[in-house]
Amino acid sequence: MNINATLIGQMIAFIVFVWFCMKFVWPPLTRILEERKKTIADGLAAAERGKREHELAEKRALETLKKAKQDAAEIVAIAEKRAAEVADEAKHQAKTEAERIVAAAKADIDQEVVRAKEALRAAVAELAVAGAARILEKEVDAKSHARLLETVAAKL
Amino acid sequence: MAGDTLTSSEYIKHHLQNLTFGKLPDGGWGIAHSAEQAKEMGFWAVHLDTLGFSFGLGILFLFLFHRAARRAQAGVPGGLQNFVEWVVEFIDGTVRGSFSGRNPMVAPLALSIFIWIFLMNFMDLIAIDLMPWIAHALGVPYLKIVPTTDPNATFGMSLAVFVLILYYSVKIKGVGGFVGELTLQPFGKWGLPVNLFLEGVNLIAKPVSLALRLFGNMYAGEMIFILIAVMYGAGWMFGAFAGLLQVGWAIFHILIITLQAFIFMTLTIVYLDMAHQEHH
Repeated sequence: MNINATLIGQMIAFIVFVWFCMKFVWPPLTRILEERKKTIADGLAAAERGKREHELAEKRALETLKKAKQDAAEIVAIAEKRAAEVADEAKHQAKTEAERIVAAAKADIDQEVVRAKEALRAAVAELAVAGAARILEKEVDAKSHARLLETVAAKL
Repeated sequence: MAGDTLTSSEYIKHHLQNLTFGKLPDGGWGIAHSAEQAKEMGFWAVHLDTLGFSFGLGILFLFLFHRAARRAQAGVPGGLQNFVEWVVEFIDGTVRGSFSGRNPMVAPLALSIFIWIFLMNFMDLIAIDLMPWIAHALGVPYLKIVPTTDPNATFGMSLAVFVLILYYSVKIKGVGGFVGELTLQPFGKWGLPVNLFLEGVNLIAKPVSLALRLFGNMYAGEMIFILIAVMYGAGWMFGAFAGLLQVGWAIFHILIITLQAFIFMTLTIVYLDMAHQEHH
């Protein structure tokens, strides 16, 4: 337990060790720790950013989906309306067409009736003339009795 | 036991004697073979065991940490690197907590002190007779493997710290400021001799208390291990009791060796912090 030159040796060793530690051990280690801290912080920030972006994208997707549904509903409504319109129009057209056809047919019929009446009237006039000639036993002069004949025909 | 022919007192003395190298009475240089011989060598002798173990442990510490530092990368750390980084962060936190100045030397200094002293203290946990017995077998008369039970080692470190305290006191405050701090407080300039005495004691107490606290704790711990070892020789009942005691004391000692290393480091930081603070 004597105090001796060991003291000096120990002091020198101590100073050398501290110097070495200060030069070659401490700086790289603290640098690495700083780097790791930064890496971790960056990673966490990136993760946070990714999460936020993901949330945003999800929200956007939801919105798009909603909008698409809305659009689809609108389109369907429009289409339905249009279909109803088309059907109405077709119905209307068909009705008009039918009316037109009916009208045309009626006109035809009327014409036929008129024509038949006309023919009948002519035939009756002829018959009347023939009958009268038979009754009179002589030829009725068509020319001289034309007025009479016409009156008869008109009465028919 | 170191030898069956030894008495308890001789055994204890043997364990407390360093392996001293110095000038022998016959004029040549060599290893002292008795405590008296070692004493006669005077100041210009060295304790080979203290120096050898402290150098070896210091180099081991620097080797391990340097290796970790050299291989370190910012990725996922491996086992050694993890441990080293944990220690470094711990020291860094302690220094940040206690040291308010700006000095890149303090943290590495604290790291060196903590690990080195811890390793030197740790030698205390190696079975007390093992190394001296091996040394004896190799023809070495004495071997004390715990450098911190040698006041030379603890005073060597505390004086180096003291030199740093003086250096930074003068560097930060200037010679005038440092002298003023020693002489002009706490009682103003009319109480100069009293101030000088008080502050001088305060200043000198720093290295002395640093060294003696560590030395005293480790020496006492070592002494208890030695006394427990002496009990082994006193019959099987005492031997069994001593075995229990030894285990208990060793477990408790793990706390002490760490605590003492931590205290030495913390006080060094605090003293250097005081050296960096300017008083007005």
